Amino acid sequence: MIIWIQKAISFAAFIMLAALGELLSERSGSLNLGTPGTLCVGASVGFITAFNYCKSVETPNMFELLVLILLSSFAAGAIMGIIFAFFTVSLRINQNVVGLVMTILGTGLAEFLSVYFIESTTGNVRCDPAYYLFTAKIPFLSDKLGIVSDLLFNYGFMFYVTIVLAVVMMLFLNRTRAGLNLRSVGENPGTADAAGISVSKYRYLAAGIGSGISGLAGIYCVLEFKSGAWATSDIITIEAFGWLAVALVIFAMWKPLNLLWGSFVFGICYWAYLYLPNLLGVKMSDDLTRMLPYIITIVVLIVVSLRKKKENLGPEALGLSYFREER
Amino acid sequence: MSKTKEVKAKEPLFHIVARDVMHPGASFGIRVAAFVVALLLSALFVWVTVKVDLITFLKTMFRGAFGMDKVFEAEGFENAWTALLSSYMWATLKAAAKLLIIAVALGPAFKMRFWNVGAEGQVIIGAMAAAFVMYHYSTMPGPLLLLVMLVVSILAGGIWGLIPAFFKTKLNTNETLFTLMMNYIAMKIADYFYNLWRGAKSALGMINQTSRAGWLRSLWSGKDAAWFRNEDLWFMIIVLVFTVLMFFYLKSTKQGYEIAVVGESHNTARYAGISVTKVMLRTMAISGAICGICGFLLVSSQSHTINSAMAGGFGFTAIIVAWLSKFNSFTMIGTSVLIVALQNGSMLMANTYSDRGFSPSAADVIVAIMLLMVIGCEFFIKYRVMFKHSAKEAKA
Repeated sequence: MIIWIQKAISFAAFIMLAALGELLSERSGSLNLGTPGTLCVGASVGFITAFNYCKSVETPNMFELLVLILLSSFAAGAIMGIIFAFFTVSLRINQNVVGLVMTILGTGLAEFLSVYFIESTTGNVRCDPAYYLFTAKIPFLSDKLGIVSDLLFNYGFMFYVTIVLAVVMMLFLNRTRAGLNLRSVGENPGTADAAGISVSKYRYLAAGIGSGISGLAGIYCVLEFKSGAWATSDIITIEAFGWLAVALVIFAMWKPLNLLWGSFVFGICYWAYLYLPNLLGVKMSDDLTRMLPYIITIVVLIVVSLRKKKENLGPEALGLSYFREER
Repeated sequence: MSKTKEVKAKEPLFHIVARDVMHPGASFGIRVAAFVVALLLSALFVWVTVKVDLITFLKTMFRGAFGMDKVFEAEGFENAWTALLSSYMWATLKAAAKLLIIAVALGPAFKMRFWNVGAEGQVIIGAMAAAFVMYHYSTMPGPLLLLVMLVVSILAGGIWGLIPAFFKTKLNTNETLFTLMMNYIAMKIADYFYNLWRGAKSALGMINQTSRAGWLRSLWSGKDAAWFRNEDLWFMIIVLVFTVLMFFYLKSTKQGYEIAVVGESHNTARYAGISVTKVMLRTMAISGAICGICGFLLVSSQSHTINSAMAGGFGFTAIIVAWLSKFNSFTMIGTSVLIVALQNGSMLMANTYSDRGFSPSAADVIVAIMLLMVIGCEFFIKYRVMFKHSAKEAKA
């Protein structure tokens, strides 16, 4: 049971990070379906950077390595987001269409770069220094507190970064002027524009930073959840995680703090196929239990629309391009 | 000497104006230009990564897409027909037909502004239903079995499309996300049956390999002509029939008109006495049903088996095809051939230059570059960019 919760939390953490990025851009009115692609590119670029850095120096400097990994993943993700924003905000093309193309581009590019720079299409490649870096645990807290250590302090630093980021994003969206502007751009760009808020600026920034965060989630997934092993064939799995992250944003009703428990529910569901049959003493097909996260998301979608509470339905202008002259 | 002081407002470098309807020739020209730019960009990408020059790139792409040389060793080249069957050209046409029928299915839903991104799942569930009948009732007489498979596929696809539509009409649930999730549920169902039927074997293989029950080719006898016995050909013909039917359904029937009105504005539709709920449910049932038929065709005439990847991402690509073609089924023919041609051309590039690190995934990159350029050029068709000086001229 404890292992189940542990695994669920480590799964939850990177899905949540990806969802945080998506949430930011959705609150500004951009439904970025390119997130799965962004995740793949972030993972691929981040790992390539780490791998080649470790190969090029005798003893890798841990700090340099960390900065390089985080920067490259974030930048790769942010570029994807900015391309998305260019097409949807500046050129006003339909967001669904651009998002799907970005996912095709992202998965393709991730695979291509991985084969091109790592030159191994078969089997796993490892970059151990980076793996240790991401899984290093807090010394005292992680082993001296019994069950509390097992459940709460058994993870690498990104876990805590993610949680802090969720809180920061909540504060940003609800307590700051910029956050208010961002939300207004997502709810009603026409009104925001009339109030002198630059719709394009906010949407560009939200998509860029949001996708950057999703890119970080990609490398986080590889280095902690996948235990630091990289294989080009993993990209398909990462893409599927990306769609889960999109689902998670809806599940959390576009609120950062809901992501905390929402992602945990997803994590429990994801691993249910391993542990649930044993606990209940029944045999279940893992293919069917793996459906759970998607079914739950649909149920949430329906329940949310049943309640007809407006603030739970997501940003009102979600998915719509804004053109001043069409008001 | 009074000088009129000119007040200078800070003018932006350019501003954007919506166009009236553009001349069809001009918009076609813009699209062609976008296509050329995309090819050049792809060539640049290829040159930077594997140092292949433009001409070789174009030649290889063309050969991989439309080349008439043989892809695999068929049983001797008896005539032009068998030569065609084993060519790159045929592979492209075959895949394009698959993409086309899904795009055709999506057409009416998108025209209604219903974002059905669930085609992938609707195809898989249709295929799944057909395979289920094929697996469990293989003793039924051939034509009857195929008929039952067809009906079950239509029902399965239709229901898969109806579920999100039902919640959209009743509760206004977001259909994009709903249909997206339905894809994954369909895939997991397919995985479940795949593993169930596979049993201890390493792969499922073709269903009814020996009896060929439920295979389209079980319908004809050995006496029929070679071309007549070709399952791919029938697949293409059926797809083309649907393409033509869908064109006229949308253009010349009352139901097609209702779809257009609902797509423009729900309120207008209500005012005109059109039941939005009814139109939405009906259209999504049709859209899902055609996806289901695609699934049936895939199982009965192409793969003869199931797996969760059998739609091959075409359910998503078809969305882009339908959108690019402005829901016009005839335009979709060209668009789907073009996209598949790019994909197959890039695949040949990948096979030829794999030693230089050019992997098959580059096909996705090249297709994505093309799609971005082509959808990006829509902007220049819809809007006009006015620069400072040209704006002044326009005023004067």
